Amino acid sequence: MVAEIGQFVLILALVTACFQGALPLIGAARENRPLMRFGDNAAFVQFAAISGAFACLTIGYVTSDFSILNVVNNSHSLKPMLYKISGVWGNHEGSLLLWSWILALFGMAVAFFGRNLPDSLKARVLAIQGLIGVGFLMFILFTSNPFERISPAPLDGNGLNPLLQDPGLAFHPPFLYLGYVGLSITFSFAIAALIEGRVDPAWARWVRPWTLAAWGFLTIGIALGSWWAYYELGWGGWWFWDPVENASFMPWLAATALLHSAIVVEKRDALKNWTILLAIIAFSLSLLGTFLVRSGVLNSVHAFASDPARGVFILIFLIFVIGGSLLLYGIRAPKMKGGGLFAPISREGSLVLNNLLLSTITATVLLGTLYPIFLDAFTGAKVSVGPPYFNATFLPLALPLVVAMAFGPFLAWKRGDLAGIVSRLKFALFAALAFSGFLWWWQTGTPVMALLGMGLFAWLLVGSVLEWAERIKLFRGPLANSWKRMIQLPRSAHGMTVAHIGVALVILGITASEAWQSEHLGVMRPGETVTVGGYDFRFDGAEAITGPNYDAIQGTFLAYKGDNKGVYLYPEQRRYTDPPMETTEAAIRPMLSADLYTVIGEADGDGGYAVRIYHKPFISWIWIGAFVMFAGGALSLSDRRLRLGAPGRAKRASAVSSAPSEAKG
Amino acid sequence: MKLKFLVPVLTFAAIAVVLWYALFNLNPTEIPSELVSKPAPEFALEPVPGYGPGLAQADLATGKVTLLNVFASWCAACMAEHPFFMELKKQNVVEIYGLNYKDKPDAAAQWLDRHGNPYARTGMDLKGRIGIDFGVYGVPETFVISADGKILDKIIGPVSKDMFDMRIRPLLNEAGS
Repeated sequence: MVAEIGQFVLILALVTACFQGALPLIGAARENRPLMRFGDNAAFVQFAAISGAFACLTIGYVTSDFSILNVVNNSHSLKPMLYKISGVWGNHEGSLLLWSWILALFGMAVAFFGRNLPDSLKARVLAIQGLIGVGFLMFILFTSNPFERISPAPLDGNGLNPLLQDPGLAFHPPFLYLGYVGLSITFSFAIAALIEGRVDPAWARWVRPWTLAAWGFLTIGIALGSWWAYYELGWGGWWFWDPVENASFMPWLAATALLHSAIVVEKRDALKNWTILLAIIAFSLSLLGTFLVRSGVLNSVHAFASDPARGVFILIFLIFVIGGSLLLYGIRAPKMKGGGLFAPISREGSLVLNNLLLSTITATVLLGTLYPIFLDAFTGAKVSVGPPYFNATFLPLALPLVVAMAFGPFLAWKRGDLAGIVSRLKFALFAALAFSGFLWWWQTGTPVMALLGMGLFAWLLVGSVLEWAERIKLFRGPLANSWKRMIQLPRSAHGMTVAHIGVALVILGITASEAWQSEHLGVMRPGETVTVGGYDFRFDGAEAITGPNYDAIQGTFLAYKGDNKGVYLYPEQRRYTDPPMETTEAAIRPMLSADLYTVIGEADGDGGYAVRIYHKPFISWIWIGAFVMFAGGALSLSDRRLRLGAPGRAKRASAVSSAPSEAKG
Repeated sequence: MKLKFLVPVLTFAAIAVVLWYALFNLNPTEIPSELVSKPAPEFALEPVPGYGPGLAQADLATGKVTLLNVFASWCAACMAEHPFFMELKKQNVVEIYGLNYKDKPDAAAQWLDRHGNPYARTGMDLKGRIGIDFGVYGVPETFVISADGKILDKIIGPVSKDMFDMRIRPLLNEAGS
């Protein structure tokens, strides 16, 4: 019964989405207000319907209804409740349903918070959202129906892939989808602007919060994914330049560029065409990622079970959405009025540099991801493009980006004063050189790249703090004065500083953990002790244990330094029964200064066990940094200027200006 | 209409054409070309207890096309192809050798007791060392071995009847004619 209700409301949602995709567009073209307003109601109905479908599937999972094929394939009655629920989106069909649900949620948010949007713009945005929804709902209903029945119903399900039975991964997809789908809103705004033939600062103020939110969610989603890879795969790595990782990284890069270029549109009424193009590309890359992951054209450890029929559907959908929007861009963009020219040494000039570098990085990642397919198609050769390519292309481009990150915020709009900035940044330069020099002296034999990375960390950290201190005139007058300035400083300015510091922390984590990692790989017998990274690891043996749905070998390590008591670490090698599969559960002691990372492997039949022990300095800062970046984005999002609905009010307060489109509504 | 504004859509068109081609004509799970038509790596393994004789490189040059199937008792997908292998054995279509991968001897023997033995020979790769030489990266995998013990093809994932007719039967017929 539940499955049939779910199926029914899903069809209802599709029908609603079809109307939402058509009527408001017609209404906007004919300036027919009721038709334009129809988009709002449709967005609410569509959201309610998909919520209903999602609830039905969740009920199916929670009650272990094994007459639903999707539940049979991905759940098991003995599975812990958290994973029964996360199992809903831990598979192809359910994850698409989550996608559509978030899409409808955001569409509703536009309908609800967009009361101050011009009617025609809002109608068009909602219509584009509706059309995207049509594509996804058709995809679900025709190729990936989560409510398919199975008869006779088996007694129990096949279980969820044990690698996915993990809290980090339970929340990784929802955050990623929040990010991908958030970019659909900026995409819809871009298409609506192309149809209207008008982009103004008010448009940018509408697009920025959505970009910020999408970017923040993507940041968290990617961080959760890499954190999961770090502790669950047991290789000690956290980023593999795997096609599926790249699929999430490319939209993030494009969103980061978009975030910055939208500022130029807002402040200087320039870079409009470029910003529109970025908005289209950012969402296109999200869709392309979906295609790469689900169609089977690429081989990846993360790939969903692939099915050519699905691949064909997504590719046709891609051709419509990406091809159509880029064609629209090609036709309409030349008619858009561009903004004024600006000096290379200025805030906007530095933002253009940021965009150039970020989009070049995006292009190289895209190239590396698609290269195996292209090579195979043209020559039949099989290659996989691995970390060497990405490191060789990514690092040289990321380096000037980080150097410029400290410069940019110091520059004034329109015309900056480079000499003045260099003199103000000399302290940051000094800090970078001193820090690298100190490390060179202290850790002889450190690779040049590591010194460079640590120097960049110091440069960006000190540069960001200096800029912030400059703004509030810290130590240049009474502290009370600085305090007042700090309170008055827009939250978006604080947000920028925080996010940039987050980037600096990520650089610290990556550089230190790569350069100064120490490890011990080999067979250890109970009672043996090895020293790794200044810590003594004593192996106390291993024993067989039984978990709720697995058996495991659990090793015991005591890690200590000098005379202190030390900590016990219990890595496991688990063998799940439903489905049968082995997983490695690394035991990690995360600390601010380093992670102690232990893995236990197979017994050598002679009393010893294969073990891997790593000491990874400062690696936690990668994820702390990512969270700080997210916090910066959230802080910026809470800025009153960007708060949803605020542009209209701010407009009325400041009366006339250059944006007539805002005056309505 | 200025041409530079059409660069994005043209770029995408090129990508879409290649993706379209890839979707229908390419298979990313195909065997890396360097292993094809090379002799199988050298190895000699003990049989699964009770399911002898054992398996070695020399046993693969049989004068006819054979299959080398990588399996394990802990592998779920192996159950999916197992009935089909039993059928192949019953009809005497092709000889299959079982490479038991990262398993326990008892568990492997129990698994064969319970589900039946489709293999003419078995070998236990307890540590997965031979698997590395063969480039195994997931279980099940099935290698098609030529009459003189060379690798002709590899199928990743369970072998279905369709897959067999498409990829393996032509190689059998070729050798037979």
